[in-house]
Amino acid sequence: MIYFITHPWPFWFSGIMIAAVMFMLIFNGKQFSFYSNFRTICAAMGLGKKFKFFNYKWKTQIWNLVFLVGAIIGGFVAKTFLSIDRPVKLSKMFEKDLANMRMLPPRISDSLFQVEKKKAGIVSLSDNSNTVSGTRVINKYEPEAQEMLSAGPVLQPDEIFGKEAATSLKGFLILALGGLLIGFGSRYAGGCIWRHTISGLSNLHTPSLLAVIGFFIGGLIMVHLIIPFIF
Amino acid sequence: MKLFKYLIFGILFGIVMTKSEVISWYRIQEMFHFRSIRLFNIIGMAVLTSIIGIALIKKFDIKDFNNNKITFRKKEKLHSRYILGGIIFGLGWALCGTCPASILVNIGYGYYSMIIVFVFALIGTFLFAIFRDDLTKKKL
Repeated sequence: MIYFITHPWPFWFSGIMIAAVMFMLIFNGKQFSFYSNFRTICAAMGLGKKFKFFNYKWKTQIWNLVFLVGAIIGGFVAKTFLSIDRPVKLSKMFEKDLANMRMLPPRISDSLFQVEKKKAGIVSLSDNSNTVSGTRVINKYEPEAQEMLSAGPVLQPDEIFGKEAATSLKGFLILALGGLLIGFGSRYAGGCIWRHTISGLSNLHTPSLLAVIGFFIGGLIMVHLIIPFIF
Repeated sequence: MKLFKYLIFGILFGIVMTKSEVISWYRIQEMFHFRSIRLFNIIGMAVLTSIIGIALIKKFDIKDFNNNKITFRKKEKLHSRYILGGIIFGLGWALCGTCPASILVNIGYGYYSMIIVFVFALIGTFLFAIFRDDLTKKKL
């Protein structure tokens, strides 16, 4: 049970739970539509006076803003109480792709790193593996050392979301551009991923199918044709 | 408090998003490199569950908690905006590895640089409002 709580959930459970959240909203007479919050926030800031698009009864959407606040808390709860900060386990093939992009794979978190270090009794690294008076010395070129001795990001790459990256001009522009595309695109397509996939496709809604195809075309273009030139 | 339950749903949603790892940039990239089927499986499972659930609601005419008839979105006409908007969204999705919801979950997780993404997503929505009339006129 503890293993289940602290480790990533299996795909089938994740999928069912995501659908379950949608059904909870449906049974309360609401639609699952997270991206509408962007419009609601713009309207709440008073942009409705100047733009017809933001001039609507945004107060009927307050439940969605509450849901949004919940999602933030959920992220915090999951990190703080339900995880042991294990790195995202990627396929070996993809780790090679990352290396080609000159990016590091997810690593063990700082706090866990300290614990593991103590457990393993590592005091130093050298060119040879041996044991000196009860403490292990690990060859720094061994894979084991790489795994245990480099603390790093667990979920998101520092190359994009780390403090250093986000405050550099290039990093900032990447995040800003991403945000613009997400905000503009989801509005233009009339929905984000979950809205078009789970509540759209499952309702046999053809525009949603079109939008999902669009998502994947855009994603593939970005990953294969643009990102290799950014990093 | 009537709104309180939505806070609980939101928290549950945030936990699910985190525990299924769909908020991770690495996972999204991995999916687009076709190196793992985990995300496809999660999306597929969510769709499958929804299809079954919605079919049951329709078949047995299940009412919601307020005893109202459950209505689904009206069919909209096919329009080039779905594919064009989809592509634009897909570009941002793959670049930052976030959909609108996971921006917020990530902020909760402690990736505060996501606040930049969030602010610019608002600006993106605002830009759409400016150009909306030109964008939505043309039919497929």
